Amino acid sequence: MPVVRLARGAITEALRFLRDEPSYRFDMLTDLTVVDCGELRDGDRFDVVYLLHSLERGERLAIKSPVPEEDCWIETATGIYKNADWTEREAYDQYGVVFRDHPNLKRILNHKEFVGHPLRRDYDIYKGQWLSEVDDLEDELERRRRRDPTPRGGQADAMILNLGPSHPAAHGTLRNLVELEGETVRYCIPEIGYLHRGFEKSAETHEYNQVIPYTDRLNYCSCLINNVAYSRAVEALCGIEVTDRCKFIRVIITELSRIMDHLVCNAANLVDLGALTNYWYLFNLRERIYNVIESLTGARLTTSYTRIGGLWADITPDFEEAVRAVLKEVPKAVGDTLKLIARNKIFIDRTVGIGVIDAEEAISFGFTGPCLRATGYEYDLRKRHPYDHYDSFDFEIPSGHQGDTYDRVMVRFEEIRQSCRIVEQALDKMPSGPVNVEHPRIILPPKKQTYESIEGLVGHFKLIMHGVNPPVGEAYVATEAANGELGFFIVSDGGMKPYKCKVRPPCFHIYSALPRLVEGGMVADVVAILGSLNIIAGELDR
Amino acid sequence: MAQGRDGVGVSEDPARRGVPADSPGRPLPRGIHRESPVGEGVYLTKLDLAINWARKNSIWPLPFGTACCAIEFMGVVSSVFDLSRFGAEVVRFSPRQSDLLLVAGTVTYKQAPILRRIYEQMCEPKWVVAMGVCASSGGFYDNYCTLQGIDKVIPVDFYIAGCPPRPEAILQALLEIQKKIERNPAPR
Repeated sequence: MPVVRLARGAITEALRFLRDEPSYRFDMLTDLTVVDCGELRDGDRFDVVYLLHSLERGERLAIKSPVPEEDCWIETATGIYKNADWTEREAYDQYGVVFRDHPNLKRILNHKEFVGHPLRRDYDIYKGQWLSEVDDLEDELERRRRRDPTPRGGQADAMILNLGPSHPAAHGTLRNLVELEGETVRYCIPEIGYLHRGFEKSAETHEYNQVIPYTDRLNYCSCLINNVAYSRAVEALCGIEVTDRCKFIRVIITELSRIMDHLVCNAANLVDLGALTNYWYLFNLRERIYNVIESLTGARLTTSYTRIGGLWADITPDFEEAVRAVLKEVPKAVGDTLKLIARNKIFIDRTVGIGVIDAEEAISFGFTGPCLRATGYEYDLRKRHPYDHYDSFDFEIPSGHQGDTYDRVMVRFEEIRQSCRIVEQALDKMPSGPVNVEHPRIILPPKKQTYESIEGLVGHFKLIMHGVNPPVGEAYVATEAANGELGFFIVSDGGMKPYKCKVRPPCFHIYSALPRLVEGGMVADVVAILGSLNIIAGELDR
Repeated sequence: MAQGRDGVGVSEDPARRGVPADSPGRPLPRGIHRESPVGEGVYLTKLDLAINWARKNSIWPLPFGTACCAIEFMGVVSSVFDLSRFGAEVVRFSPRQSDLLLVAGTVTYKQAPILRRIYEQMCEPKWVVAMGVCASSGGFYDNYCTLQGIDKVIPVDFYIAGCPPRPEAILQALLEIQKKIERNPAPR
């Protein structure tokens, strides 16, 4: 990925030019983050990093802008990319960089009484801070009222309602403060961060392979995809290529996880709409896949199956048979559910035309994955930037028509079918050979070598004591996860632990569009829309 | 239990069909006595025991699910493991209607005041289960934003180890809570 360095005063202009200039068309801000370079160089302490992506041309670009510690500001990009709002808030929260003219610059992941900026390298990881009282969000609501007053006016009949965080439809940790007029949502103020578990700080204090268990718990509905995505990023950083057999196995576990993720998303979404029966149908299938995953990795949910340079172990002898048996059951579970909902008047009334968003706006918000494809924009990393031999499989990219809740649900059902096709083809084509690269500084030698040869013993010792040491540099690698583009931006200082490890979670960007999707609609539709976006708090808050 | 004569339960076991449920050789629940001065079909017990028996078999859990453990809890209420076999089917998301708070998942410092408040909103008698290592001790999230165990803010009756625990472990926790309910004197 090419890198451009810019002064902090030229950011706004440069981003606008890059977005609008026809020969560039960087229409998506993939992610925005900050690197604390205090230990890497003298001079300005922070680098604000913008990762841009041109979906049409398939090109990526990184922009870096140095910012000193004592006069810590930079221009905002909120007028250019809609998802800059939340990403800049996160950068401010974690690093203390102030974005000038940002409309709502307040903490987003950490609580309002938090002092300091935890992702700065000098913040002690163990220093927890108590919160005495939950934020009432009145300040944000007031700002919204001032910025876009509703034409209906009059605050007399307004009702303020907290949706979440402890609410079944809020999936545990999402909180939305909504102001209602009757049943119509006037304003919606999301608050996130209730599941901010400090993934990125923890990654900086663990070896590369030790981060893998943490990645399990990002999107905990499809842990295996996170394992694969993270391992791919570190492998790119190390400049190693995994074996073909490993790639095929990774494809299979990725697609199985995608099926599982869509099952749980659609099941929960239908429960929220009141269609409880479908939950049993879909979850029974998920349980069957659990059994396969468990026999493969030893865990139902938190798998930690991949390693840098390969996998924890080769697949079990009965794996293929078990997977094929499960694939036979998928059409029945999905078919039963679709029979109940596809032409169900209640379901259609509750979903068609609800939460509509068009492709252009979705891209500006940083939508990827099923939510973007539901708008009719066929964008899938597995087709556009094939990795792990995805270009050798025959599968379709389902897309919707108008980007409403119905499309988002149905795109996921169709993706389940397509994933089944990919898994079957991968099983048919599975090559033989080793699953791990042969590299003494990446993968542990076989036990026999460790005990019988000095090279094996030294390699084992070095890897256990000093871990994997990628060369100095940085890499951003994106993977098509169940919710969209899951990217890892990793900076290495040559040591055994990541100097910085930033996750680009698909949910985070999608969720920032929630006010835009629900305002003006009914309060009951908030639940339906929220379910169709599939917001997973572990990935959203990290 | 099928209904036998005079309201006496009859065993479902075909080999014992027609045998009254309280025939010799079949143990009765603890604290219920067969020797009745009144006559057949009447059992004597203490009021505490009767109330606790009813209470333990009709737990209304409130799943305070925040993270991965909540996904595993969904597995527990789905068909394969089926929590309803243990009389705890009525999952309620309102603290006003539940008596078992099941904290499934990581609780952060930001979430802690909310958890505390939810617990305070529950009516007595109430019990708390910390599901998984995050809720029990913070797990491997030993860092600036994760509460190192929910017992820092609310009392806990039962801890379940695991990340996430298997569904069987959750069922076991429920059975342990039932034992605990059985042992306690019922509040008047």
